Amino acid sequence: MRRYFTRKLLIYLLTFVLAVTIDWLIPRFMPGNPIQILISRAGLKAESANLIYSYYMQAFGLNVPIWQQYLNFWNALFHGDLGTSVWLFPQPVIQIIMRAVPFDVLLLLPAILVSWFAGNKFGAFAARSKWLDNTISPLGYILTATPYMWLGLMLGWLFGIILKILPFSGAYSYAMMPNLSWAFVGSLLEHWILPFTSLFLVMFGGWAIGMRNMIIYELEADYSHYLEALGAPRKLVRNYAFRNAILPQITGLALQLGVIVGGALVTEIVFSYPGIGFLILQAIQNHDFFLLQGCFLFIIIGVLLANFAIDIIYVLVDPRTRTGMQGEG
Amino acid sequence: MPQPKKKNEMLYFMLRNTKLRIGVAVVLFFVVLALVGPLLTKYQPKEYVAGGVTPPSSEFWFGTTSFGEDVFTQFVYGLRATFIVGLIGGGLGTLIGILIGFIAGYRGGIVDEILNMFTNIVLVIPSLVVLLIIAAYLEVRGYLFESIFIGFFAWPWVARAIRAQTFSLRSREFVDLARLSGMKPLKIIFKEIAPNMMSYLLLVYILQFGGAILTAATLDFIGLGPTNGVSLGLMMNNAFIYGALILGMWWWFIPPGLAITAIVGALYVTNVGLDEVFNPKLRET
Repeated sequence: MRRYFTRKLLIYLLTFVLAVTIDWLIPRFMPGNPIQILISRAGLKAESANLIYSYYMQAFGLNVPIWQQYLNFWNALFHGDLGTSVWLFPQPVIQIIMRAVPFDVLLLLPAILVSWFAGNKFGAFAARSKWLDNTISPLGYILTATPYMWLGLMLGWLFGIILKILPFSGAYSYAMMPNLSWAFVGSLLEHWILPFTSLFLVMFGGWAIGMRNMIIYELEADYSHYLEALGAPRKLVRNYAFRNAILPQITGLALQLGVIVGGALVTEIVFSYPGIGFLILQAIQNHDFFLLQGCFLFIIIGVLLANFAIDIIYVLVDPRTRTGMQGEG
Repeated sequence: MPQPKKKNEMLYFMLRNTKLRIGVAVVLFFVVLALVGPLLTKYQPKEYVAGGVTPPSSEFWFGTTSFGEDVFTQFVYGLRATFIVGLIGGGLGTLIGILIGFIAGYRGGIVDEILNMFTNIVLVIPSLVVLLIIAAYLEVRGYLFESIFIGFFAWPWVARAIRAQTFSLRSREFVDLARLSGMKPLKIIFKEIAPNMMSYLLLVYILQFGGAILTAATLDFIGLGPTNGVSLGLMMNNAFIYGALILGMWWWFIPPGLAITAIVGALYVTNVGLDEVFNPKLRET
């Protein structure tokens, strides 16, 4: 058990180091100079541009040797310093991101968990029952093939423009300030429905199909046939199959996180939902590379934490790994 | 001779499989449309052809954009871009995954340890976010660049799956025999192990193809697609930015998304159909 977790932690640590290095590397070794872009956008005279240029170089710490920049980058990171935003100058990047994170949690956590549970239940239910299978499976394949942003656009268009029953922009009414009143919570909820639904639907399709296929595999396994031969009720056999089939789905959740994050980014963009995805769009449009790098780091950290949580859950759910690990260690 | 008979049997199941027939038909429809579509239109994708916004009509089949561009023209050219990204991006992702998977699975030991760790690391990093940050720094981008980068980040799950399969195959007798007869490792991999996985490799490529299309559409939608071109993702991006939703210009954003959904969905269904053909256990009834 301990060995399993030390290995996993080592991988996550290496991933984090690699991610931070990529994050540091890309702006420095890509063609084009972010600071030059920044200054050219300001449209200054030549001499003042030079002055500002050297000021920025110093302010962003780009005038020291490259290895020192790398160490400084790590040092700043451990002090929670991700630089200063260009878009919302002079706010620190970390502050801007921290304002966005609650919206991501509010949107993503329920969407991922609910779609995972519902998809698995539904997929298991549909497997090997002819009529359901023939209607659910095609629907599942269509849903999982739908680009997140397109489903978002369609839902926004249908419910926001044609039926005019749900808002499709922002996280709460633009006429409100965040406060702790029922009216605000209601508005929050109302704006949450469409982005949640579009995320939920796409993910749901994938999980339902995955589970259906897993159950079919499990029902073909020897233990299922044996149970059937013993005359066990159909429900019991299916329960055993479900418990075995859920394990790959847990691993699948970890594997899918990257794709889900991508989907969440564009969904937030479609609905102007002020999470990290929306920030990334703003950062790209405003050439705010520090904000972009900060968002990247936050996503990596979030994905790593989620992966670790899934590892723990896997060990809790699967008794075989538990005993296996003990024997190994 | 059992071999030719087996082939006929597979063909028989292929032709009989409804999923396969539907999936292949839909994909072929769009391939043909992408090939002949540009001949059906007399406009260029970014040409100003009509004054202002026009809903679909006999003149402009899919209507026009806010800039007076013909949506159908953009659509068929965008389809081409979509298939190119799938072919190259999906192909590269499959190739890298296969190579790493074969080497890790066949070699084992320390090589496997290192490759496996590398695979696991790349697997955890959300590829789209890395692509996004790379693309954001590039001033000029093209399809080829986009496809190659998508391929470079799409391989990890392929490598994992191929590695596991190679592991189980390499201890079989026929592989041992080849090794005893002094065959070179690379030759063993490609002559003895790979042919046993051919059907699986095809399935992997189909999934990578669809995945690359979806990734490209996502990148394009964020505004990090090809800087000077047309693609289905870019069409949705433009439609979104220029308020097609609020203006009720459904003909601008429905066709590109619908086409992507249909193509990728059909690829997935084809994949399942082929799986059923290759794997008798999965055949229904």
